[in-house]
Amino acid sequence: MNDICFLTLSELMAAMDKGDVTSAEAVEAYLGRISKVDPELNSYVTVDADGARKAAIEADQRRANGEKAPLLGAPLAIKDLMATSGLRTACGSKILENFVPPYDSFAVAKLKEAGAVILGKTNMDEFAMGSSNETSYFGPVKNPWNMEKIPGGSSGGSAAAVAADLCAAALGSDTGGSIRQPASLCGIVGLKPTYGRVSRFGLVAFASSLDQIGPMTKDIRDAALLTGIISGHDPMDSTCAEEPVGDYLSGLDKGVEGMTVGVPDEYFIEGMDPEVESKVRAAIEILGSKGAIIKRISLPHTKYAVPTYYVIAPAEASSNLARYDGVRYGYRDMDADGLFPMYLSTRNKGFGSEVKRRIMLGTYALSAGYYDAYYLKAQKARTLIKRDFQKAFENVSVIVAPTAPAPAFGLGEKINDPLKMYLSDIFTISANLAGIPGVSVPCGLTKKGEPIGLQILGSYFQEASTLRAARTLEKEIGFSDEKPRIGIQTG
Amino acid sequence: MKLTEKEVRHVATLARLRLTQEEEAMFGGQLSQILDFIGALNELDTASVEPMSHALDITNVYRDDAENVKFPADFWRANAPSQDFGHLRVPKIIEG
Repeated sequence: MNDICFLTLSELMAAMDKGDVTSAEAVEAYLGRISKVDPELNSYVTVDADGARKAAIEADQRRANGEKAPLLGAPLAIKDLMATSGLRTACGSKILENFVPPYDSFAVAKLKEAGAVILGKTNMDEFAMGSSNETSYFGPVKNPWNMEKIPGGSSGGSAAAVAADLCAAALGSDTGGSIRQPASLCGIVGLKPTYGRVSRFGLVAFASSLDQIGPMTKDIRDAALLTGIISGHDPMDSTCAEEPVGDYLSGLDKGVEGMTVGVPDEYFIEGMDPEVESKVRAAIEILGSKGAIIKRISLPHTKYAVPTYYVIAPAEASSNLARYDGVRYGYRDMDADGLFPMYLSTRNKGFGSEVKRRIMLGTYALSAGYYDAYYLKAQKARTLIKRDFQKAFENVSVIVAPTAPAPAFGLGEKINDPLKMYLSDIFTISANLAGIPGVSVPCGLTKKGEPIGLQILGSYFQEASTLRAARTLEKEIGFSDEKPRIGIQTG
Repeated sequence: MKLTEKEVRHVATLARLRLTQEEEAMFGGQLSQILDFIGALNELDTASVEPMSHALDITNVYRDDAENVKFPADFWRANAPSQDFGHLRVPKIIEG
């Protein structure tokens, strides 16, 4: 039964189309594997066994009736900050521990329309604030390649579940690297689309001008397939783009002949892991050998991305998270006496340290007397970062850079040093500030067997060319044959 | 930039958080360190730079103010922390 779990989403769909496997069989295979592997891995916070079984039987019936849909019967996992109708959405937080949404988020609704079966909700850093999955109220996720290491964050549950073959594919969200960084550290593919490409309706808001939903998958084809399905205009998100959805699948294998690939100096810095640098440089050479024109470029404001982000994201978060007051839904401190004390203690007991730290930071940056010095300054720095990319994309089609400066770090290694933790997103944050798409694709293993990823960044709405370049590397590097050892022995 | 304890308490009140003493001490140190790091932005000359609030050039988007999500009848029963007779119950608002 494990064989079914190891298929990519596209392979599983083909097997279902041929009648070799049913959705019910696939769901049973995944549920069986989850029950064996996940007690230790902790990638799911909610497994909806009954709902998944029921949806699988329905999908199989529809298929038997001759119905066709691109994801008919596909067992997928959803990061636990996308609303799922009738299924708990806890966002890694005590404050939403028992929250059951009355509707589906746009992205989940799109998946269901396409026939997908939701296996469950994946673990994450609380309110998506973290780079290691250790801030989750539901305990840390482990890295399937090495259980002593973090899986990355904040979509670490989705990344670990895909890497450990506990779902055919998953959705994550990326505010400062939360899809790409865990994808890189877990040896899978993760795409952050252009800001506005995928509706944020039903996505628990962290930093509204940066948050973007995207696929986390076993290969590039699956990422292209899911991006096409979840993208599109949605009147319920006023920042959702009207840009027509591209065809991400048909051009995937066209190669990089004649494509200009930029390599930014600022992404190869002192202190980065030498094995990461050498694997990424080797991948760039592969692109060159396949006919791409490699061009050295400069993105001079790169070093201001992390400080800019840590003003803007906490500022937006402090405003977004004001809604958690213990009145209408979510956790309330029932012992508090009086309304105002109830707000204060509900929020203090309901939020974890990292969330409180960021609410404090954002509140400070927006408070009277500091707005110009911090928030306005960061908004201007953001313009400079965006201009760097606009200028670069006048001369190159895509930009290649490492996704993370080092492979997965140890559990507990950075959790008590917020600034050190923030710097693990040093290469991913700029794309969110500018709003451009980026895909992380595995480019090898360290000598110790830990995955290394690189990211391909594209200009606005150029998901297709980033996926095409990434697909070229995936084919040449052959990483998709690599698997973590987890659960293979236990059969 | 060193945040004083008084400033930490002020910001916590603005943010509607009641921090413990340990948290006040911890956040005071950590936030000061993070603000120092953010201070790097002062190296940038931004006098003639427009602020950016958003990645795409979208402004004033409208849609019909129609009911799009039907809340199930038991939503509040399932989700509200305290309720009575179909109303949300909150702690006493007016003293006396």
